[in-house]
Amino acid sequence: MKEIAVVAFSQSDCLAQAGAANEVELIMPQLQAVFAQVGLNNAQDVDFVCSGSCDYLQGAAFAFVSGVDALGAVPPIKESHVEMDAAWALYEAMLKIRMGHAESALVYGFAKASSGELPIVLSQQLDPYYLAPLWVDSVSLAAMQARLLLEQGLVTQHSMAEVVVRARRNALDNPHAQLHSETSLEALLAEEYFVSPLRPSDCAPVADGAAAMIVCTVEKARQWGVPYARITGIDHRIETHNLGMRNLTDSVSTRQAAEAAGALGGVVEVAEIYAPFSHQEIILSRALGLGDETRVNPSGGVMAGNLMMASGLSRVGEVFRRIAAGEIGRGVAHATSGPCLQHNLVAVLESA
Amino acid sequence: MVQPDVLSQPFELGFTYTRSTGPVVGRFLTGLRQRRIFGVRASDGRVIVPPAEYDPHTAAALDDFVEVGQEGEIVSWCWVAQPRAAHPMQRPFAWAMIRLDGADIPMIHCIAAASPDELATGARVRAVWADEPRGFITDIRCFELVGKAGASPAPATGEDAGELEPVDRIETPIYLHYHFTAGSAPARFLTRIKQGVLTGQRCPRCANVYIPPRGSCPACGVPTQEEVVLPDKATVQSFTVVAIPIPNNPIKPPFVVANLVLDGANISFIHLMSECENADVHIGQRVQAVWKPADEWTYAMDNIRYFKPIDEPDVPVDKIGKLPITGLEG
Repeated sequence: MKEIAVVAFSQSDCLAQAGAANEVELIMPQLQAVFAQVGLNNAQDVDFVCSGSCDYLQGAAFAFVSGVDALGAVPPIKESHVEMDAAWALYEAMLKIRMGHAESALVYGFAKASSGELPIVLSQQLDPYYLAPLWVDSVSLAAMQARLLLEQGLVTQHSMAEVVVRARRNALDNPHAQLHSETSLEALLAEEYFVSPLRPSDCAPVADGAAAMIVCTVEKARQWGVPYARITGIDHRIETHNLGMRNLTDSVSTRQAAEAAGALGGVVEVAEIYAPFSHQEIILSRALGLGDETRVNPSGGVMAGNLMMASGLSRVGEVFRRIAAGEIGRGVAHATSGPCLQHNLVAVLESA
Repeated sequence: MVQPDVLSQPFELGFTYTRSTGPVVGRFLTGLRQRRIFGVRASDGRVIVPPAEYDPHTAAALDDFVEVGQEGEIVSWCWVAQPRAAHPMQRPFAWAMIRLDGADIPMIHCIAAASPDELATGARVRAVWADEPRGFITDIRCFELVGKAGASPAPATGEDAGELEPVDRIETPIYLHYHFTAGSAPARFLTRIKQGVLTGQRCPRCANVYIPPRGSCPACGVPTQEEVVLPDKATVQSFTVVAIPIPNNPIKPPFVVANLVLDGANISFIHLMSECENADVHIGQRVQAVWKPADEWTYAMDNIRYFKPIDEPDVPVDKIGKLPITGLEG
């Protein structure tokens, strides 16, 4: 089976409101950046392109097709799209390469979630008979999950706030972060509740923006002569949509994906985890089996800025960046989708 | 380069779907119409409310319906201090996971309460029914705490399920509200057309000129920056005569819709043609914009009412989309 490498990654600043930029204008700078990292002209120079986005977020039908205007698709290219975070576009691209249908692929994700009321838009991904007509928003579902953890003693308000303090501190070194500061537990715990038991700081700040990545076979990476990280494992698992049937205090799907991806087959120096709510980072760290030897979300994670439909890909990109820079030798990236961590992807990256 | 205004406006997106329910969801909704709540027994014996069509563990089709109680206990909850416009209640309320008596799997619904201090995991709640149940999840208006003021109509009308037609479809209109913001390049274009000026963008790589511009050359995949002011003369690249009335379109058929390429541009846009015999419209025909009065100009392509034929020689097909800004004489 062909071994696959990440050779380029770029993400935009996390902006609460990207102003006038349209889809193409959000994507274009990131594509130009990854092409420059490898020395490519445009999407003609890779064998496959796959993007992740969700038209509901900006309420523009076929917004993802407009995104193709950023690629240089003349003559026609091989292109695909997932209505999901671009981490799943990466998964599709890897299948394409492993099947021998491509040696290289461009993957990107983008969203302009500020156009709509995200928690309400996301309510419409729920069961269309029983839940969507009630408009149960995504923050409220996460809040009920947090209360289960709190009342079972699996997290405390204190441990949730610690996640936020560490994320914002780590984000001081992240030039793309939306929230970055030294902040105290006392200050966070003094916040009024948003949707109790969640405080505003327990919820990742939603951002407009984009991220892009180029992956290829290891042979191609050597041919291009650029630093790379190998993706040695990737897997994703989904749980039932029926929230009442799930154990919301655990993430069985993350544990299964981590096992299948071989995450625990070596030291995890860095884990970049997609946890849009503070308590979810605690659930996920446990499901991934992480210990003290692992630095969790050194970028600040999505608590520093949550690029909808691109944050999962960015987790992979953050681990790649550190490996390519020689900072670490092995790391794990995680992406999530759906309410209360319904669907989870785990990728393992290792140095060349 | 003209600094564009940030052009943003609210819009509503509607998905006015009617959904067929299938037998399982339909049975549940039919029950609601009678102020009764049904679950279904899963393969492991647990009762799922609202009923699932298939067992989440074994994938077996489920059809062993069980009526459950109208009261239950809170499994988890959250307090919405500031309800959103879409929420079912506009005063502070709780969402909760509620395990009804006789059920094993909690359902999600809202709870009316005066303050979060009244709520606790394990507290007993009961369904509050809509005045006129119609076979929809909101027939349960909300839940309320048992022992708190109860104005709920008497449950369980006792009607036989056979007396009413079963629910087999529901209308689920969804309206989502957005603020649409034009991109930077479109905003520059619209800012200029408000002044009666047509502005395209030139690709730095292939030199193609695009109008209206979107900020990229789709052929090369590079950003476009250089602006090009174009004249309002164009050539017909293709056209159609619309013979059927289009809903909500004030223009009466038959009328002509054409792909037009402005002089100096390389890509066509779509606009109307008028002041012409429809039968005489042809590819290569020369046309010019007929503008609205300047005091009606806004951020819109319809500052140009339509294009009308002008007395210039036709453009050969292989030259369409390749004329210089100076037009035919250039």
